[in-house]
Amino acid sequence: MIGSEPDAVSGVEGRGTRHSAERMRSGERPMSADSVKRAGVTPDEAMPFAELGMKRDEYEKVKEILGRRPTGSELAIYSVMWSEHCSYKSSKVHLRQFATKAPKSEALLVGMGENAGVVDIGDGWAATFKIESHNHPSYVEPHQGAATGVGGIVRDIMSMGARPIAVMDALRFGGAHQPDTKRVLPGVVEGISSYGNCLGLPNIGGEVVFDPCYIGNPLVNALCVGLLRKDQIKLATAPGPGNKVVLFGASTGPDGIGGASVLASATFEDESQAKRPAVQVGDPFMEKLLIECCLELYAADVVVGIQDLGAAGVSCATTELAAKGTGGMHVDLNLVPLRDPSLRPEEILMSESQERMMAVVTPSDIPAFMAICEKWDVPAVVIGEVTDTGRLVMTWDGEVIVDIPPGTAADDGPVYERPYHEPVGQPALNADTPDRLERPDNLRAALLQLLGSPNLASKEWVTSQYDRYVRSNTVLAQPADAGMLRISEVMAGAEPTTRGIALATDGNGRYAKLDPYAGAQLALAEAYRNVAVTGAKPLAVTNCLNFGSPEDPEVMWQFAEAVRGLADACKILGVPVTGGNVSFYNQTGSTAIHPTPVVGVLGVIDDVAKRVPSGFTSEGLRVALLGETKAEFGGSEWAHVAHGHLGGLPPEADLVAEAALAAVLVEAGRRGLLQGSHDLSDGGLGIALAEACLAAGVGATVSASLTGDAFTDLFSESSARALVAVRPEAFDEFAALCARHEVPCYGLGVTGGTSLVVEGVFEVPLAELRETHEGTLPELLG
Amino acid sequence: MLKPEILDPQGQAIARALPRLGFAGVSAVRQGKRFEIELDGPADESALADVRKMAETLLANTVIEDYVVRVEG
Repeated sequence: MIGSEPDAVSGVEGRGTRHSAERMRSGERPMSADSVKRAGVTPDEAMPFAELGMKRDEYEKVKEILGRRPTGSELAIYSVMWSEHCSYKSSKVHLRQFATKAPKSEALLVGMGENAGVVDIGDGWAATFKIESHNHPSYVEPHQGAATGVGGIVRDIMSMGARPIAVMDALRFGGAHQPDTKRVLPGVVEGISSYGNCLGLPNIGGEVVFDPCYIGNPLVNALCVGLLRKDQIKLATAPGPGNKVVLFGASTGPDGIGGASVLASATFEDESQAKRPAVQVGDPFMEKLLIECCLELYAADVVVGIQDLGAAGVSCATTELAAKGTGGMHVDLNLVPLRDPSLRPEEILMSESQERMMAVVTPSDIPAFMAICEKWDVPAVVIGEVTDTGRLVMTWDGEVIVDIPPGTAADDGPVYERPYHEPVGQPALNADTPDRLERPDNLRAALLQLLGSPNLASKEWVTSQYDRYVRSNTVLAQPADAGMLRISEVMAGAEPTTRGIALATDGNGRYAKLDPYAGAQLALAEAYRNVAVTGAKPLAVTNCLNFGSPEDPEVMWQFAEAVRGLADACKILGVPVTGGNVSFYNQTGSTAIHPTPVVGVLGVIDDVAKRVPSGFTSEGLRVALLGETKAEFGGSEWAHVAHGHLGGLPPEADLVAEAALAAVLVEAGRRGLLQGSHDLSDGGLGIALAEACLAAGVGATVSASLTGDAFTDLFSESSARALVAVRPEAFDEFAALCARHEVPCYGLGVTGGTSLVVEGVFEVPLAELRETHEGTLPELLG
Repeated sequence: MLKPEILDPQGQAIARALPRLGFAGVSAVRQGKRFEIELDGPADESALADVRKMAETLLANTVIEDYVVRVEG
């Protein structure tokens, strides 16, 4: 924590707001900042690197790079840029596989390493999307934490040159009945809805999952997608000596100072609760102005490079822009507009105040740039300029307080090959298969128990708080398998198009706990399938990898396996990873969350009018199951709900079958053969049938005669399966299509009536299904 | 009241609106909430302790807000 030594001559003095304010009132001038000159003559002065979360060897490396001790401001920059959150120091060696194993993809326009990946979706259009965690802040202050999570990911998308067009949220909370869940969940949902709704962005999907492993460590993973013309991509770079560096948006205050390095990277202990850093508060109306302002700046072509200010604020933006540009930058920190005039330079550098952006602009464009900012009521100030010195230099009160090679902070941070090994208990966990669990006698009761369990129950209580249809381009939203948006933006050079994009996120911490390699693949497979069942062709991947402490070799093994699995699966399915983020230290004491890789998949559909709706849409349709059903119950929802059991192995991730299934679904959708579809996942066929019936209130009569065991047929969670509804006269053509792709197709029955009938097993009226499905969350959350 | 270091977008919006309405000379505005609680009995130390507890648990979000309890009338 900064500020633990307020009188240290280093000048690093966070949390000293009140202290400084008092001094201001008494008229005393704040002491001058620790300058480079001063660092030169006081080489042995002790610096609070440990309090800033830096290890001694990392500090020594900084001294070696600079050839002297760092100033307080330089230490602030290095500590925050070399934090786990910003430098990916523990994950980098593994994440490289996303590049080395990446499948060839003509659709990929911008890959990993930029603010977000960009994908070619045809007709000159490109989509940019990314998912990012805001886990720890959402635990401390659920409403503001989740709201600023949305704000942050939206700015990432803006900084690529795109108009943000929708958001999604993958949420994980502690057990539904645990008291803290009742504090965290409503706050998070409120924060997301208030920020997203104020911004005017539809929330088109995501997940809500409950598991006691997330108590104390909720996961709030926010996704944003944006749209731009292929030739309008903007990059975070600062080329051209003499170009001006402009900071625009909200002013800088003492928000989340130390947040990036302390809040996002350190484990919560009871003791740290007492010294919570300032929580960032978001202002969606300022963000909305920023969006419109940026789009007008792009249209006027007055931006050379741009970067949003997220974690590590000015430190991150200046070092990254400079490192990717000509290599040098000169910044006068006195010019940064402050909300609290007593802020010290170290605090300005670390502040995480929201709704700020930094642009590089040629001098001749400055008047036009400023005029546009003024039009949108967005404060903008030139704080420096690009140089060719190869150094990032910052001054304060005329003295040089920072003089570093920017790449050493932005790119050359420490890289750790953390030791890892399989958890000691893993073989025993895998050996404890669900075979020993007692099967239910009453399958009707088992279905209803699952359908009303918190994870499978209707999420309407959450999603009804989000605006799903604002901007009026939403084609599909929750509870559909994937969200889908029509592309109807008006942008220069764009022709009207029938095209659309579809997005889904999925993850399953229980599967990943049993086998992180397969668990990550299953998360990808499910998101991929969810996009395909709408008729959209999956194109690209983003991911948010939520894990415990990388310093624990067992957690590190989970991480390494998950990344390896995901990279291998992306290669087989032909969808590249375009970006994402890693969230470590999701643990309380020595207990980590289940390893939870969350995967987002973006797909494209040529004509949104040909989308396949979710579930059974009318009577008299043939119902068929695609894919093979095996007795796979490890990590299943049934084992979890009926027995509280987690053991064995997750379902097999058959990616070749997954690709074939998607090919059938996409082609069948294009040819108009499908009247409805639904993916099979948690809870298996029984839950898929119930949800398909509830989608439009159309019942079905089916037989369960796949494996010879009705329980396995209804509740196994084998992957690569989907339920479809086909017009009887089109069934032969559809079956032939399945045969050509070698996808097994089993006729189950027909749609119609007001009940779900599984012949010879049970009959449940739709009203009873609905009551069970929809009653759970309102009852839990009031 | 929001703690002094916490951003107050609503207060800022009010501050921006004032000059438009012709009010000059305001450098900043911060806004907050006031609750009026009527007690059945006297506002003695034990009753006030209860009110403080109410503030901690429900009325204020102590992560980002401070509160003051005052006895009136």
